[in-house]
Amino acid sequence: MTDQATKDLMSRKLLGRTEFEDMIVVPVFAIIVALILGALTMLATNVDLATVGQSYVALLRGSVGSLNAISETLTSAAPLILAGLGLALGFRAGLFNIGAEGQLLMGGMAAVVFGFSFPNVPSVILMPACLMTGALAGALYASIAGWLRAATGAHEVISTIMLNLISYRLLDYMLRLPFVQKEGRSDPISKSVPDAAELPRLLTFIDPNLRVHAGIFVTLLAVALVYWLLFKSKLGFEFRASGENPEAARFAGMRSGLIIVLAMAAAGGLAGLAGANQVLGVLGRATPGFSAGIGFNAIAVALLGRSHPVGVLFAGLLFGALEAGGRQMQVDAGVSIDLIGIIQALIIVFVAAPLLVRAIFPWGFRKSSTTRQ
Amino acid sequence: MTAATDNPNTASRKLDTGKERQARIVGAILIVFALLVMFAFAPDQAGNATFRLSRPTDVWVLPNLVVPSGPFIYVSAALLAFLGVRQFVRGGGKWTSLSLGVGLAILVLAFLVWATTGKAFSLTGMLQATMVRAVPIALGGLAGVLSERVAVVNIAIEGMLLAGAFTGALVGSVLGGMGGLVAAIAVGGMFGFILAALVVTYRMDQIIAGVVINLFVLGLTSYISSQVFQEYRFLNNAPVFRAIKIPILGDIPVIGPMLFNQNIFVYGALIMVAVATYYLFYTRMGLRARSVGEHPQAADTLGINVYRTRYVNVTLAGMVAGFGGAWFTLGAVGRFDEGMTGGRGYIGLAAMIFGRWHPVGALMAALVFGFADSLQQKLALLNTPIPSDFLAMAPYIATIIVVAGLIGRARAPAADGKPYIKE
Repeated sequence: MTDQATKDLMSRKLLGRTEFEDMIVVPVFAIIVALILGALTMLATNVDLATVGQSYVALLRGSVGSLNAISETLTSAAPLILAGLGLALGFRAGLFNIGAEGQLLMGGMAAVVFGFSFPNVPSVILMPACLMTGALAGALYASIAGWLRAATGAHEVISTIMLNLISYRLLDYMLRLPFVQKEGRSDPISKSVPDAAELPRLLTFIDPNLRVHAGIFVTLLAVALVYWLLFKSKLGFEFRASGENPEAARFAGMRSGLIIVLAMAAAGGLAGLAGANQVLGVLGRATPGFSAGIGFNAIAVALLGRSHPVGVLFAGLLFGALEAGGRQMQVDAGVSIDLIGIIQALIIVFVAAPLLVRAIFPWGFRKSSTTRQ
Repeated sequence: MTAATDNPNTASRKLDTGKERQARIVGAILIVFALLVMFAFAPDQAGNATFRLSRPTDVWVLPNLVVPSGPFIYVSAALLAFLGVRQFVRGGGKWTSLSLGVGLAILVLAFLVWATTGKAFSLTGMLQATMVRAVPIALGGLAGVLSERVAVVNIAIEGMLLAGAFTGALVGSVLGGMGGLVAAIAVGGMFGFILAALVVTYRMDQIIAGVVINLFVLGLTSYISSQVFQEYRFLNNAPVFRAIKIPILGDIPVIGPMLFNQNIFVYGALIMVAVATYYLFYTRMGLRARSVGEHPQAADTLGINVYRTRYVNVTLAGMVAGFGGAWFTLGAVGRFDEGMTGGRGYIGLAAMIFGRWHPVGALMAALVFGFADSLQQKLALLNTPIPSDFLAMAPYIATIIVVAGLIGRARAPAADGKPYIKE
């Protein structure tokens, strides 16, 4: 599953010339090309040049231009990073998990149900317990696909896509259950999470509208934890070994089936945590499709971050900034936020195909395309 | 683990255990089906289920099919139990998949009879809807067959369908239906070509390339739809192809409306499946394409241009998917909505696996999915106590069961998903 660049990255410790190119030069070129192509798209759809300039200014202003913008960027980035970490972990273990969206929905739903079921528990216990429930639900949902892969060889790409589609229906069904649905409503919407379960907002003393919440600490903790798990623990070594070369890992006495299930469960747990983070920190309740595509964007984040926890952190921040800036762009310049989707996809094309970037930009790279077969 | 300790002596014995276990699992599933039919469907069994076979306007009118519910359900349960027990005791071989297939069919029939008890239900209408809903899935599956037969995994079918739907609406609004259709095919082919370029020439991971194309098409079509279509509504108002009734054949009861009174997308899908089968299995080109999918080194040694074969076939796959995508707009509603394909491309991929990488198999699998889809629509009218969300899930669960290899293990082309680097 992993491309050659990722393999190079994993097998060496030192940052050589090639690694530097792959980790820094390629993404930077990718972002530049994607922004240029985004501008061309706008021009093609009858947006004049002044508005194009205005929209990129708005993109910058809405992402890092003010305290509110930074708060929005961090709020958008947190779930992307969490889910992206899970996917990165899966990629390292050779599993292409497309199911973060469904795992996120299940995790968020479980956190909401747990939250409103115990409204009188103090916050110190309830909030972490809700997060854990979310992670557990995501882990269980993902391990269905892991078990299917380990036991029957069913490819996780298809089974996680199907589990995504199932999760939408399951969510719609659950949101109409009498004990979940908000009292007096006929549309599918859950009861609200009690205040004690919510992730507290951090900067309300400056401005009550700043939405950044304690979820960013959870996120940073998760980055550190995944780094430790992948690179410092025995289990992480087994994940990476099975991802690199399943045969060799099996001959070395690793139990490949168990590793697949555990890797999927860990990935789902992180996606579930992202869902819990959304409902407890931002939304306050569950509604149909509250995941809003985070699970799919997280795939892009994990790829852009080269499946490395620190890379995922920065990629998540970039995508969070694009989301927050895109909203500003829509307001200021009247350019649809869907443009951000195009830019994100283009960034991934160029990052995932280093040969393509090398073909477009022959300068900036050493004559390295021959050495990387 | 226990199997290994029970028979420690022979290796061949060990190889069998997988199949035996599979046979037992299928047996258990069939027995569960039997219990389900017996206890979940039995309580309301008084009365008859009436299936209407023809409409009053038809040339030849068939009488309604009246099924006594009680006896039918008990017989179904007994049959399922027999199949299950038989599978459990001495299953294996090709019987496993056959029994499960027959068992599923019986389950669906019993369910239909139970849901229709005391009411009337138009079987012809449902079969017609099945065919219509199967079209995009079948074409998606066919696109998957064409590209995976040359060892390119095509997750991008979803994006190609969406691109076809969008182009069909846009160009169809300006140039009329035929122009829209041709443009949709061309744009689908273009994305097929892009996928081929990314994975063959630039050796990008095939699944990542597919995911990226999906994200890109979703972003681009949503962007244009909200940026341009909101303002210029006449650009999103395409004509819809009407059904063409084939004389005489269209008057045959039940299958006439299903097969011979449809729009060009249904006829097109059927013709394409036939042509693709002929191309892949009865022409020299097809043999070469398949050899590239099975053993590219060997094909290359024999002078077949592996890269060109992959480019050509993946582009063809894109054109098929583009045609399928146009169904959503030109064949159904005439306007484009954001993300309107709703995962049909992925279901098409599942249909391809279900159909064992064969065009006809993919069509059959698509009909199963189309049936489930239209069943869900019709059951809303029949007021069953089962929540419609669960019925909507059923095809996806069936897909997982299929992919898990419980209905016979399908074998992918040997080189599927691997890039080929010419030495």
